[in-house]
Amino acid sequence: MILTLTILLAVIIAIAWAAFNAAYLVLAERRGAGIIQRRPGPNINGPFGLLQPPLDGIKLMAKQLIIPDGADKFMYISAPVLVMCPAIMSFVALPYSDWLQAQNIDVGLLMVFAFASMGTMGIVFAGWSSRNKYSLMAAMRSVSQAVAYEIPMIITALTITLMAGTTNLDAIVAQQSENFFHWNIFPLFGETHNILMPFSFLIFFICSMAETNRAPFDLGEAEGELVAGFHIEYGSMGFGLFFMGEYANIVIGATLATIFFLGGWSCPFGLFPGVWWFLIKMYAIIFTIIWIRWTFPRTTIYGLLNLSWKILIPASLVNLLLTAGLMKVF
Amino acid sequence: MAAKVKQLPSRGGTPAEKVYLIEIFKGMAITLKHFLRNLWDNSNLYVRHYPEVQPDIPARWRGRHRLLTHPDGTPKCVACFMCQTNCPADCIMIKAGTRIDGVTEKMPVSFTIDLAECIYCGYCVEACPEDAIRMDTGIYAFTSSNREEMKIGMTEMLSLKGGFPEEEYQKGLEGE
Repeated sequence: MILTLTILLAVIIAIAWAAFNAAYLVLAERRGAGIIQRRPGPNINGPFGLLQPPLDGIKLMAKQLIIPDGADKFMYISAPVLVMCPAIMSFVALPYSDWLQAQNIDVGLLMVFAFASMGTMGIVFAGWSSRNKYSLMAAMRSVSQAVAYEIPMIITALTITLMAGTTNLDAIVAQQSENFFHWNIFPLFGETHNILMPFSFLIFFICSMAETNRAPFDLGEAEGELVAGFHIEYGSMGFGLFFMGEYANIVIGATLATIFFLGGWSCPFGLFPGVWWFLIKMYAIIFTIIWIRWTFPRTTIYGLLNLSWKILIPASLVNLLLTAGLMKVF
Repeated sequence: MAAKVKQLPSRGGTPAEKVYLIEIFKGMAITLKHFLRNLWDNSNLYVRHYPEVQPDIPARWRGRHRLLTHPDGTPKCVACFMCQTNCPADCIMIKAGTRIDGVTEKMPVSFTIDLAECIYCGYCVEACPEDAIRMDTGIYAFTSSNREEMKIGMTEMLSLKGGFPEEEYQKGLEGE
């Protein structure tokens, strides 16, 4: 009974954390976009526009869910759920501090990647079932993009696993816990001397942006050619769930980058390690992702796939081989 | 006929630019500069906080119409139909009648402008021989939920006041 309650509590906290982040990152995104483009962004509702996300949510929920004629009804309705649910599932395995983790799983890394790649299925469902050529094309693009970018991302994660010798996310952080120079991104001290790590971080960062369909890699929702991409026929909370899924995936990507490269909840100077350091690092990465979105225009689909197949995949493979070699030598 | 081909020197071919990453960081530095400047001091944004801050309207600007009156309160309009004839959008509807206040011979019984039709060209103002109609109220926003309310009548237009002092309005006319 107590175990059931604990699990229930963990799940509720995971859902609340994902939903809270999704809602307020939308606000951060809009405000950040405004400030970068010299306009204020949404600032009317509440102080600094802080009431905007709940009001947006109420507005979306109050709208009618329109199912287009000829749409595959079951798939159409299940697609947003399939985007949002795996994202929430991933949060169960993510450690935010040495005590703040829903479930310490030994194959946490595998589990997170497995659920993260399920999100693409929701996008395909949405694109296929809404019976719209634009959304179908966007879904096909999303699949090719996900296939292309999952490979270098997982190879980079494999490099980390190789160095850490474990797929337990908790243990990966514990190995970097001393200070700044023990983090995986800096090659100087610690158990792992690997001068290729900044490079790995770059590959991982680019891939996590492409995996979550973020600009400049948001070919799945390229407004210029595909109107709105895979969620073109969605309104109401279906659209809202796609949005929340996207932002939840951003949080997962930033969390993984923090765990793998930036030493998780350890402090740069060895002082007061704790969940706040984790949040600072995570939100710094999320800010960078938002910042990049409002700096660069969208790439072409060819440019996107070329970057992955011609540069990132060979580079990450070489990176993996060299890391293995370096670990053998030292 | 052969097309003229103009060869432009291609740019972006230096090794530093071909690496991409350096240019990417340069671009990010630019947006970060904007971000930080507007985060600390957002007083010089390119947008007007519209409902709170109203736009600055010059005297020559053509807004809602109004009908002018003589100092004794009688309408200047003599129902000559100049504005109605001249109106490219056919939005002015005048009904003429006998003048009852003794100023001249004719006056409008009703003078209606359909604001949903009006294109705010200002030809009625230019055509008017009596300076009886002006578009100087400075009212630029007019909304309604049905078409009938978009038609404004004579009493409403007579009651509107000009948004600018008389000399400023005349100066604006000289500018044209």
